[in-house]
Amino acid sequence: MSKTNANRTGNSLLRTGAVWLILAAALAAMFLIALGVGSSGYSLKEILHALGQAEPANTTERNIRIIVTQLRLPRALLALLVGSCLSVAGALLQSVMRNPLADPGTIGVSAGAGTAAITILLLFPHLSYSVPLFAFLGAALACLLIYLLAWKGGVDPVRIILSGVAVNSVLGGYNAFLQLQNSDNLQGVLGFMNGSLAGRSWQEVRVMAVYAAAGLLLALCCIKNANALQLGDEMAKNLGIRVNGARVALSAVSAFLAAATVSEVGMIGFVGLVAPHIARMLVGSNYKILIPTCILTGSLMVLLADTLGRTVWPGTEIPVGIVMSVTGGPFFLYMLRKRGNFRGN
Amino acid sequence: MIKDAFLQVSGVYKAYGEGESRQEVLRGMDFSVRKGEFCVLLGPSGSGKSTLLNIIGGIDQADRGYIAINGDKLEDLDEKGLTRYRRKHLGYVFQLYNLIPNLNVKENIEVGAYLSEHPLDIDELLQTLGLYEHRHKLPNQLSGGQQQRTSIGRALVKNPDILLCDEPTGALDYNTSKEILKLMEDVNQKYGNTVIMVTHNEVIAKMADHAIRLRDGVVRSESYNEQKLNAAELEW
Repeated sequence: MSKTNANRTGNSLLRTGAVWLILAAALAAMFLIALGVGSSGYSLKEILHALGQAEPANTTERNIRIIVTQLRLPRALLALLVGSCLSVAGALLQSVMRNPLADPGTIGVSAGAGTAAITILLLFPHLSYSVPLFAFLGAALACLLIYLLAWKGGVDPVRIILSGVAVNSVLGGYNAFLQLQNSDNLQGVLGFMNGSLAGRSWQEVRVMAVYAAAGLLLALCCIKNANALQLGDEMAKNLGIRVNGARVALSAVSAFLAAATVSEVGMIGFVGLVAPHIARMLVGSNYKILIPTCILTGSLMVLLADTLGRTVWPGTEIPVGIVMSVTGGPFFLYMLRKRGNFRGN
Repeated sequence: MIKDAFLQVSGVYKAYGEGESRQEVLRGMDFSVRKGEFCVLLGPSGSGKSTLLNIIGGIDQADRGYIAINGDKLEDLDEKGLTRYRRKHLGYVFQLYNLIPNLNVKENIEVGAYLSEHPLDIDELLQTLGLYEHRHKLPNQLSGGQQQRTSIGRALVKNPDILLCDEPTGALDYNTSKEILKLMEDVNQKYGNTVIMVTHNEVIAKMADHAIRLRDGVVRSESYNEQKLNAAELEW
């Protein structure tokens, strides 16, 4: 019996409560740090003063207030929303595929959004203001195409994964070709492909909040089916689950969450893979507990990555997508090696 | 055909394969089961027991003949209707426990409860199953018998009309098998579910209300026990 499993025999409610409390405290602390650090550093007192005061007393206070409330606060909130959506999207897909290594990229969300964004940015630059809309549509269409190709009297996880590999490959080739043909005009494309929260304002926060509220509420409605799909097709069917319907519904919610995120901030990899894994290691695979935990781990991870990205190299901002890829890659390998020690495996 | 039949299996044929490889598994299966009955389907390997169970469960379809529950024929149901039928009326217990490895005992049973409009009280059920003390344990911390109890709990928590059991003691040792049989007997008496158990162990017929012997895809004999034994009294 592993140590992780032995711990689980205690009071699971208490354990879950403790995990949530620790994650929420870490998130609150990280949030304040994110507001305080940057090219100008502020103390906790200054941050709270800037957030709370009605009228700044002088120019310095006014500047602090503008930086905190108009630049860092919306960016930090956006990081929380993006992290939550990507993490929950990954958790739902892992149930659909019965594969802990699935993430939104598996069902073509990233490739589809990337294709649409690159096409607009390079071939129709006069429409670049509508990149979020087209990225969302591209992600949804790529996901739909993968499911249509995988459908053969139902959707089988292996067929979804293989169709995803094929579609991702084709779209990846198209994206690479367009970039090669327009190699002198890639600035906007690189920003999108590497996912960044830089320069995002309250406008993006408001849009993302609507997407996140809708998507996360739908995800909560998927809990029963997500749990039952873990049993495998035959057992889930025997229990009275419409396996194909459940699989398509969960995938649609996952695609919506991921597509909404990609359309607003570009492509951020590994969150949908790593954040659900950390949550699973902490509280197990019961989606009733896992989904709220994923919201916390995903938020914390993206906020941490974004804060690191804009502070670790003074004078230069590293996009959050690059920070996640650099840190997520080694963590992914660590998980592969440690997988046998996860709860219940 | 008995008058007050709850489950009716009528002239059921089923074959697999085509041409020379075609194999008839069921060749005109006929029998009826009353509500609340503990019914055992006996027969050697290849007699069609598991195929029949799959057809009763709506997982597979008969080539000819029909299955009716309370007079409603399964063949009249579309996929949605069959899903509702499985959800509302059926609970499955298999030889392999099929538990979700990283959910604890209570969470595994809850997966079944979610699907029912009128689930049984989980804590009370855990007490009945003798699992209350183990409710926070993961499957790999349980014995084979405790895992099978958990899978019985998952099937039972929906409060199904019919409990379909496919060799539920097949992977267990003698004593644990008797414990599970005793549990099935208690469950049948306490909740009044109709139990249909597939087994090749002839002795189990002695604790059943109704024993049906199958061979080569047909019913060879049927018997009703006026004086059935308790599970604890069985010896083999």
